[in-house]
Amino acid sequence: MKYLKNAASLNFIQEKCTNCLLCIDVCPHAVFSLQNKKVRVVDKDLCMECGACALNCKYGALTVNSGVGCALGVINGMITGGAPSCDCSDSSSVDCC
Amino acid sequence: MHNNFLNVSRETKMMINENINVLDFCKKPEYFETAGRVSSYWSWADYFGSINCRISNSFRMKYKIEAGLYALGEPDENSDVFVSANYKLSFNILRKALNGFSVWILALDTKGINVWCAAGKGTFGTKELVNSIKKAKLGNFLNHRHIIVPQLGAVGVNADAVFKQTGFKVHFGPVYAKDIKDYLKAGKRKTSKMRKVNFSILERVILTPMEIIPAFKKFFIFAVIVLLFFGLEPAGILFKNAWESGMPFLLLGLASIIAGTFITPVFLPFIPFHSFALKGYIIGVLAVIPVILLLNVPEQRNILILIAEMIFFPAASSYLALQFTGSTSYTNMSGVKKELKIALPAYLISAAISFILLIIYKLYRL
Repeated sequence: MKYLKNAASLNFIQEKCTNCLLCIDVCPHAVFSLQNKKVRVVDKDLCMECGACALNCKYGALTVNSGVGCALGVINGMITGGAPSCDCSDSSSVDCC
Repeated sequence: MHNNFLNVSRETKMMINENINVLDFCKKPEYFETAGRVSSYWSWADYFGSINCRISNSFRMKYKIEAGLYALGEPDENSDVFVSANYKLSFNILRKALNGFSVWILALDTKGINVWCAAGKGTFGTKELVNSIKKAKLGNFLNHRHIIVPQLGAVGVNADAVFKQTGFKVHFGPVYAKDIKDYLKAGKRKTSKMRKVNFSILERVILTPMEIIPAFKKFFIFAVIVLLFFGLEPAGILFKNAWESGMPFLLLGLASIIAGTFITPVFLPFIPFHSFALKGYIIGVLAVIPVILLLNVPEQRNILILIAEMIFFPAASSYLALQFTGSTSYTNMSGVKKELKIALPAYLISAAISFILLIIYKLYRL
């Protein structure tokens, strides 16, 4: 399954990459693959912006704008002007994921 | 030092078979901890809990165990260490999947949230893992310096930082607990399949109650407003009017809820377009039209009502379907923002137009 085209904010800087393959190991959607002994972004549209690759890349080759992906969270963020927040129910409990 | 399991919650107590002393493996006996021994067996309460978590928010929020170190089977100083959340369902799935193995399980304090969501929020993160490794004093009784973290925990755990702060090498294990045995047998090696998150029809169906139930709570308010609107006459509130004219709206409301919170999520890959708002809109139109055609009420012949219905209810279905982006495992925040930029004004305009049409209809009738 694929989401919108050209929406994901994933950015891969080939020059900084050392091919340690950790991004391939942590990506749940096989966005990266090893081609000719080099890490490549196979399909950016598969990226769900979870942020695992960027957090674990020691060399700063990856950036992604990760955050809560639920619509209500994004709407909350639009209203408050802050980052999308997941505290969507009337209580303060975090129950939507 | 202190005993982790003296004052533990009911959920934890039900699970622990005995308290074992880690002292036996300790090289420095002055530092010892106890760990609760658990089995991979699921009781009826565990099965009941796994279902109840999918239905009740309040149950799920309380379904947690004490954070800390647990022993599954008969682990010793050479056994593998698995990291999990203190959400009891996550923990239960892990211990069940490790049937036949003897391992340590380190449950992080994620406030009862599952690994992936907690990792996104940072409670299942580098800091919590480092603190837990130190608190459980893993280094004092283990012969190795390896720790297995679920792959989805990588969203919050920086493997390099954990290594630098504790000396423990983080191995990101498979996404699904069912692959753990094969992973261990292969010498902690994952196949590419073990890395991938699925989103099968079954997984989508399991998630729908949490979409349907909140929607029905809103439906109740909607129903009250609809009945008041149609029942309100200069003479007062007429229940006959309220029911006869309001009933089609209530049925259409139900149709759009089913369309947006159940049909769209379940048939997700088979509905055209990538946008959830459009998917929900299409299903909304398909659900609303038959209901309108079936309702042979005098009110339905009014063109204003008909237009208002055709504008409002598919939009409602679209809005509800868009909420499902929070539950999927493949949509991204940038995409949701992109959708909302168009969808949100469209929803507001749709609601406003239908409301104005209804007001005109009401004034015309008076």
